[in-house]
Amino acid sequence: MRRTFSMGGVHPHDCKISADSAIETFPLPQRMYISMSQHLGAPAKPLVQKGDKVRTGQLIGASAGFISANIHSSVSGTVAAVEPYTDLAGNPVMHVIIDVEGDEWEESIDRTPDIVRDITLSPAEIIKRIADCGVVGLGGASFPTHVKLSPPPGKKAEFLIINGAECEPYLTSDYRLMIEHAEEVLLGARIMMKALGVVEGYIGIEDNKPEAIKKMRELTASSYPEIKVVSLRKKYPQGGEKQLIDAVTGRRVPSMGLPIDAGVVVQNVGTSFAVYEAVQKNKPLFEGVMTVTGECLDSQHNFLLRVGTPFEKILEAVGGVPQKTAKIISGGPMMGKAVANLSAASVKSTSSLLLLTEKQTKRMEESECIRCGKCVQACPMGLEPYLLNKLARAGRMEDLEHNKVYDCIECGCCMFTCPAYIPLLDYIRTAKADVMRIMRSRPKK
Amino acid sequence: MGTTFIFTVITLSVLGLLLAVVLFLVAKKFNVEEDPLIDVVEATMPGANCGGCGFAGCRAFAEACVKSRSLDGKFCPVGGNAVMQKVAAAMGVQAEEKAPMVAVVRCNGTCQNRVRVNEYDGSVSCRIISSLYAGDTGCRFGCLGGGDCERACPFGAIKVNPETLIPEVDEEKCTACGACVRACPKGVIELRNKGPKNRRVYVSCMSQDKGAVARKACSAACIGCRKCEKVCPFGAITVENNLAYIDFNKCKLCRKCVAECPTGAIHAVNFPPKPAAAPAEEPKTDKQ
Repeated sequence: MRRTFSMGGVHPHDCKISADSAIETFPLPQRMYISMSQHLGAPAKPLVQKGDKVRTGQLIGASAGFISANIHSSVSGTVAAVEPYTDLAGNPVMHVIIDVEGDEWEESIDRTPDIVRDITLSPAEIIKRIADCGVVGLGGASFPTHVKLSPPPGKKAEFLIINGAECEPYLTSDYRLMIEHAEEVLLGARIMMKALGVVEGYIGIEDNKPEAIKKMRELTASSYPEIKVVSLRKKYPQGGEKQLIDAVTGRRVPSMGLPIDAGVVVQNVGTSFAVYEAVQKNKPLFEGVMTVTGECLDSQHNFLLRVGTPFEKILEAVGGVPQKTAKIISGGPMMGKAVANLSAASVKSTSSLLLLTEKQTKRMEESECIRCGKCVQACPMGLEPYLLNKLARAGRMEDLEHNKVYDCIECGCCMFTCPAYIPLLDYIRTAKADVMRIMRSRPKK
Repeated sequence: MGTTFIFTVITLSVLGLLLAVVLFLVAKKFNVEEDPLIDVVEATMPGANCGGCGFAGCRAFAEACVKSRSLDGKFCPVGGNAVMQKVAAAMGVQAEEKAPMVAVVRCNGTCQNRVRVNEYDGSVSCRIISSLYAGDTGCRFGCLGGGDCERACPFGAIKVNPETLIPEVDEEKCTACGACVRACPKGVIELRNKGPKNRRVYVSCMSQDKGAVARKACSAACIGCRKCEKVCPFGAITVENNLAYIDFNKCKLCRKCVAECPTGAIHAVNFPPKPAAAPAEEPKTDKQ
């Protein structure tokens, strides 16, 4: 029997129309806008000034705290400015703006295409290298990877799970990586297993990607026996950490807990590839695979894109924004964010640009809740979205806390399934932020 | 038949009597001594239960007043000085006079002044919009037009004008309870002195962007040029983070700043129109 997570979930159309487009290297634009806040936690501190010459891969932003990450230049050239620049949500964020001149890489980076299979570094050295290279989780939340690989004292990881579910419709960047760079992904997993000191690894892939499963099975059977490939029945949000752990190992992460509480560390396929490049090739994280897709586009693309490329340049390269486009989304259609400002630039974790038509994005008019309970069935965290929505609108923070609003993973299943088109997640997400703030402000016991 | 009837009446009467005794004893035993003054004070309150005083409702306010035996730091914005006088009289203390306040919307980013740069089609709530992004205009400080203030107002005193998408305050109805101030995620609404004859001068802008950026986003924005700060004879105006602010306690309503402001960001309201035969005077903004 094919495995999947036990509670809730929905089945959106997978629309992986860009799955057969091989990864293309995106040409360098003239100007790069590199954000200093590309990760969860404190923004990095800029290390360069206007007029400085930088090389590709040079450290330009230093990690500023325990949960923070280094930022490297993705191009070579001259720093044009270090100033706030508007991000995709319209808010100013500190950016290093670089005028591109040629493409001179730091000499320490190994640019040969050969796969380096020997892992020579010790676990501590691996974690240090990952931190130095600014690797962050590329599954969406951009949590610094070195922090995830250093479990707090008293907690021990038993498994590493590589997240190849890619459950969001349209996205194919992880799929292309698994097809084209399968061995590097597995090597990245092996490196992280060494860093964590675990001997068992899994890679969970949804069964709408049979080629990736086949490729991974062949490779693991021949040379990576410690990693098991798990074929998962397609269901959204399989790629959520807690859902993936449930699907692969059958373990449950406790409420308010982290995967490490269940003895598991989950890393995305993209992160695994970035770890391989950082540890074996000494290449900092400054480029990644990004899907540019949408039914209204003539051609579908998977680009290998440098961090800091403005969205408008990407759209120019695919032939401009088609007339029919109503909304441009960064990320998947379920959890992605609408782009409010096209001059904003890509960041490490930008996995896709998705162009949707009016018909696809139109919000239907909200009507009364008919108590059908579909949202309760769909919620993968076992919450009651209809109730949370009512409580959120009434501002009843204590009741929201009793009903575990903080467990919401904001996957949007409730809103997707609601026949009355109630914007459940809109209200729940805001209420969750408020409740979390209240909980954090309480004195610690 | 007759006996059944009599029997029923007797049992029920005895039962009723017994329970009455029990209830009487319980009421005696668990009697809560409450200061009768609380009821007196509560009776003088407006009974809106709006929470504008900072307490859960009118009774909670009355309890707090009676328990502390003083009115320090306690004020009912809805009832104003009249009600506070009555409360003070009931308690036998002195109430301090407070100037009446009114809610003021410090944004003039109407649809005309502020161009929409994107289209928002999510849930109409300022809290949700502000948690998602900077808003559908180029200004990330101003009013989002979602109407959270309108829904928060217990008196129906603030309404979003559907044409400008900016809320307008009905001065007659506004009690300065502060519900809208708390509801606004952008902090656009402020409680200011109502002023003599309701005349007020204030900066109707929240933009802390640099002048050029602010001006590009909104034609009525404060650009932080400091002209008003220089012209003010009373030192009531301070410019911080590219934004002017008028201290209503210092402002003497001379309106020199209103004439000086190059973008019309400073508003003077409820002043009588200047006679037309005074061409030497600068035209002034006279809108709400």
